[in-house]
Amino acid sequence: MALTAHDIQRTAKLARLGLTETETESTLEKLNAVLELIDHMQTVETEGVAPMSHPLDLTQTLRADAVTESNQREKLQAIAPAATDGLYLVPRVVE
Amino acid sequence: MSDLTQHTLLELQSQLQSGAISSVELTSTFLARIERLNPTLNAFITVTESQALAQAQAADAARAAGTAGPLTGLPIAHKDLFCTDGVLTSCASKMLSNFVAPYDAHVVRACQEAGMVMLGKLNMDEFAMGSSNENSFYGPVKNPWDLKRVPGGSSGGSAAAVAASMTPIATGTDTGGSIRQPAAFTGTSGLKPTYGRVSRFGMVAYASSLDQGGLIGKSAADLALGLGVIAGHDPRDSTSADQPVPDYTATLTDSIQGLKIGLPDAFFDERLDARMQARMEAVMDAYRALGAELVPVKLPHVAEAIPAYYVIAPAEASANLSRFDGVRYGHRADSPADLTDLYERSRGEGFSSEVKRRILIGTYALSEGYFDAYYKKAQQIRRLIQQDFTHAFTECDLLLSPTTPSTAFQIGAKSDDPVAMYLEDIYTVATNLAGLPGGCFPSGLVDGLPTGYQLTGPAFSEARLLNAAHQLQQTTDWHLATPEEITHV
Repeated sequence: MALTAHDIQRTAKLARLGLTETETESTLEKLNAVLELIDHMQTVETEGVAPMSHPLDLTQTLRADAVTESNQREKLQAIAPAATDGLYLVPRVVE
Repeated sequence: MSDLTQHTLLELQSQLQSGAISSVELTSTFLARIERLNPTLNAFITVTESQALAQAQAADAARAAGTAGPLTGLPIAHKDLFCTDGVLTSCASKMLSNFVAPYDAHVVRACQEAGMVMLGKLNMDEFAMGSSNENSFYGPVKNPWDLKRVPGGSSGGSAAAVAASMTPIATGTDTGGSIRQPAAFTGTSGLKPTYGRVSRFGMVAYASSLDQGGLIGKSAADLALGLGVIAGHDPRDSTSADQPVPDYTATLTDSIQGLKIGLPDAFFDERLDARMQARMEAVMDAYRALGAELVPVKLPHVAEAIPAYYVIAPAEASANLSRFDGVRYGHRADSPADLTDLYERSRGEGFSSEVKRRILIGTYALSEGYFDAYYKKAQQIRRLIQQDFTHAFTECDLLLSPTTPSTAFQIGAKSDDPVAMYLEDIYTVATNLAGLPGGCFPSGLVDGLPTGYQLTGPAFSEARLLNAAHQLQQTTDWHLATPEEITHV
């Protein structure tokens, strides 16, 4: 099933990914080629096969409920594109 | 004294230990070579010259004080995907082109604690997405064997730097073949350890259930020495395996008489170039001469590894790369109108088209109505592939296959055709889906270009895999071939 420009725009919106019109066009052609490759999967019989999400049969490890991180706010915010008074700056979201 | 840069890590180790050379001398020699060759090869994004010399001085002081460890003073360079405290960690992306990491990755810290000297950070495909190293914000890496050809990817800078003797060893990462394929294209030895063997802490994530850090070096023995440093349990990575780390160098000299090596029929298919097939025959003969027994095995589902991989890896990438939002670090668009505009433009400007494609594939595969047809189906095929390997390893100890269908291709040959590029990983991705260790080792030249063969083993069989590769390197000289000196620079 081939994608349309509308599908690309909808998916880009879900991914919060800005695409120009030219990009949408070239992306459409390439993604359809990739989907054609991926569709080979449909020829494999997988009825009753348990999906495998991870290569290791590990159970989630637990640790003591103790503080392990030190406060590094200044160091971490020093690399932020816009931060002031210990806060990250974003455009106004609540009027 | 012969050119120090041509020596293996083990040879340099013995020269440091005997006092024949100092770490400062060694480090300066490599830095000079990097300065001379990097403008041509573009293997390094950042050269950390002053830090390297300071670390080398500290290493020499430790040796003088009698506190040096086995790797103290030996140089290494890291793929620019491992976070380095205070040093640019770009992942070869515009998105992180201003990101000076605030902490060290486990692998970086482990090398530092072992006393190793970091020469710098290596070029790669952006966010490790690519098989040619053409997809870098910092420009393509050139293959030292032929400057018109790609070094492979995504760890192309690591492979080119080792092949050109700009560093004796380098770290890399492998999600679908990103250590093994560039090792094959550059005549170097590369190891992708078992998933969970090396902590992913501080590695910029691409596909978390597939990513694994490893090494590219000049020999299997060098990889054994390096793996001992970076392997081991790390509570900061919840998928890090709590398994003992053996001395990988201790078993290198074991005999491989009677070792059963499986030849998976699916990997000797019509895609494999006839002269590559001849190189594989030579490898098989060399293993037979060492007493190994070669047996045919079947991996019925690996033909579907590429389609399944190109659903699972982009799906995980779409989730992992959602963290790049222009707020906490990385690229931020100018004068955003509102929060959505900030996200969309920061990401639209910061990611290249290949990264965008993978985010879009992943988002699409995970979106409502398509999940079962794509993501669930891919995970079921992943299970079938893992079962194939489990079954094959009841009949043999290791699997032998080609690493790539052909030698390094020309720069630009596949850069506009993602499907052709994805098929580059045809022999390598299944190993990642199953979480197994895989190595690539040189198997001689075709038309003056390197080829590599691949060994795959059961989980946590790195010692046996490196032992087999080392034994072959004792009776063959393919790993000793080096590109002609690059003189016209």
